[in-house]
Amino acid sequence: MRCGDFKDTYNKDEAVFQSVFVKIWLSIFMLFLLVFPFFANEYILYMANLIGIAIIGAHGLNLLTGFTGQISLGHAAFIGVGAYTSAILVTRVGISFWWAIPMAGLMSAVVGVIIGIPSLRIKGLYLAIATIAAQFIFEYVFLNWEAMTHGIRGINVPDPKLFGFQFDTERKFYFITLFFVVAGTFYARNLIRTRVGRAFIAIRDRDLAAELIGINLFRYKLLSFAISSFYAGVTGSLWVSFMNIVTPEHFPLSLSIEYLAMVIVGGLGSVLGSIYGAFFMVLVPEILKFGTDPIKNIPVFQHIFAPVREVVFGSLIVFFLIFEPRGLAEIWRRVKNFFVLWPFTY
Amino acid sequence: MTGNFLHAPYHVFLDRHLEFCQFTSNVSHSSVFRRFDKGLNRMDIFAQLIVSGIAVGGVYALIALGFVLIYKATSVINFATGEFMMLGAYVCLTLLTYLKIPLAVVFTFTLLFAFVLGVAIERVILRPLIGEPVISVIMVTIGLSSILKGLAHIIWTADFRSFPEILPAEPWDLGFAIVPSALKWGFMFAIIGVIIFTIIFKYTRIGIAMRANASDQQVAQSMGISAKVIFALSWSFAACAAAIGGIVIGNISGIHPQLGLVGLRVLPVVILGGLDSVGGAILGGFIIGILENLAGGYINPILPGFKDVAPFIVLVFILMLRPYGLLGKRIIERV
Repeated sequence: MRCGDFKDTYNKDEAVFQSVFVKIWLSIFMLFLLVFPFFANEYILYMANLIGIAIIGAHGLNLLTGFTGQISLGHAAFIGVGAYTSAILVTRVGISFWWAIPMAGLMSAVVGVIIGIPSLRIKGLYLAIATIAAQFIFEYVFLNWEAMTHGIRGINVPDPKLFGFQFDTERKFYFITLFFVVAGTFYARNLIRTRVGRAFIAIRDRDLAAELIGINLFRYKLLSFAISSFYAGVTGSLWVSFMNIVTPEHFPLSLSIEYLAMVIVGGLGSVLGSIYGAFFMVLVPEILKFGTDPIKNIPVFQHIFAPVREVVFGSLIVFFLIFEPRGLAEIWRRVKNFFVLWPFTY
Repeated sequence: MTGNFLHAPYHVFLDRHLEFCQFTSNVSHSSVFRRFDKGLNRMDIFAQLIVSGIAVGGVYALIALGFVLIYKATSVINFATGEFMMLGAYVCLTLLTYLKIPLAVVFTFTLLFAFVLGVAIERVILRPLIGEPVISVIMVTIGLSSILKGLAHIIWTADFRSFPEILPAEPWDLGFAIVPSALKWGFMFAIIGVIIFTIIFKYTRIGIAMRANASDQQVAQSMGISAKVIFALSWSFAACAAAIGGIVIGNISGIHPQLGLVGLRVLPVVILGGLDSVGGAILGGFIIGILENLAGGYINPILPGFKDVAPFIVLVFILMLRPYGLLGKRIIERV
């Protein structure tokens, strides 16, 4: 029984690993993540890859929306920009996937900053509408800039290679995804402890007050957009190499909404929340798929899966917003505290 | 989306949606240009585009009114407006085809349905979120739109449906331009709707109470106006406006669970006019309607599909230059 946390320095309070236990458990968990692909089947690895890729995207959106308080309904557009940049660089320019990833991130970041410029004048609802506009404009560009994106036909992308080793199966690709997820999580977790991260949180909590204590809103809002879109670009780039194809249909408004749902269900303003949210939102449709499987062959219910998924999706968003606005991260914290403090209630 | 995690059915959806957009953008022109197929006269095309623009603009104005009513009363933008439209259209269609009762009765029932829907949604979903951050309120309406879309899909399936021809199909010949029949009726219904809602808002007791509530909630409450009633009324009026808009759009372009996307296309209208201005919504509706048609007529041949994004490009510029819109109140806080 460990009763309560006692921290006597600020450094301890700020530490990434709050206690020795955390370090031990995290090492065990990392070990598990490294070993498990050798025992899992292709389907599980496929899901693991999707979850990993979603986690990176959710981290990006959570930094922007959860930590800086800037609502973005255009996250899919940034992911799309990353995906297309990567696909075009790999297939036309012929540079390797490993260079294409940071380039895709940078390209998205530049686009993100441009989209973020209106955030200097507008916020809240208005910003949400501005980002929706960006989303529609980019969807249009992906579809109609034939010369670059090949329009509706899309671009086929080869598997990534490293020193002649081809990442062509789900299992091999898993390690790429894992690397980026760990790196992205680590960066996000550290970022919010620094001056920059604290500035983000200050802007979210009260922008005027933040400006009064010397935070340059112009710089930090754009920085937040840049970092968030960088994550999105990396997400897009990974996704495109995993799926081997990119078409304009892959980045609709519903994808942006799905990412927002991940962040909300997981927990706004919590790095762990992005992970839980991505995990949860990728698995829910799969579970539903199994759930609707038995009735799939009855003619009336043939197309039941897509609408049921939509209803469940919407209900989850509404449910969490009304009953658990701080998301899965908060539920997890409560459950953990219960066991940590048991049998006392405080 | 991260891959398959968007799942096959979505692609089917999207294809359908693309077709649908194509359909909505063509419908106003195809019948129109048939008249000019010999020796297209530039001035005629221009006049035609403007006239179709005004006709579509009337519908936009009506839907925009729904946004404005809700925003004025509760400071919320309802991203589920499109789904209110879709539901209105479906309910109206179902009553028409299965019960075979007169149009006026069907219309009344549909409005009643929309009214109840509005009250229910305000009470169950929006009320608990009063005072929560903006993102929660936005997301809850988005979640709601997803639920309604899914339900409509389950109940009415994803098939394309169209209204039976109940109103006489004769286009409106203005001499210099022709308004196709569906667009003509749509415009008339929309304009009647706009006028009725404007009158309610400006001159009736309820409307005055709503405006009082919008300008200062506390004072209004101390004068005996119940904010709860006003919130519920605003949502139900907006739902009614959306339902009429949905019936009109459904009559022009057919009904489909993805009809709700039209609702998002009205956002530029609302922002252009000013989120809190009834007059602005009407003005914005006509401007965007005309602009969209001009873009469709002159730019689409060079850049296919440009008609659909043109309003959003305008939207970005308005937000940068004049976020409170043409007639909105200038209370945007600049940070």
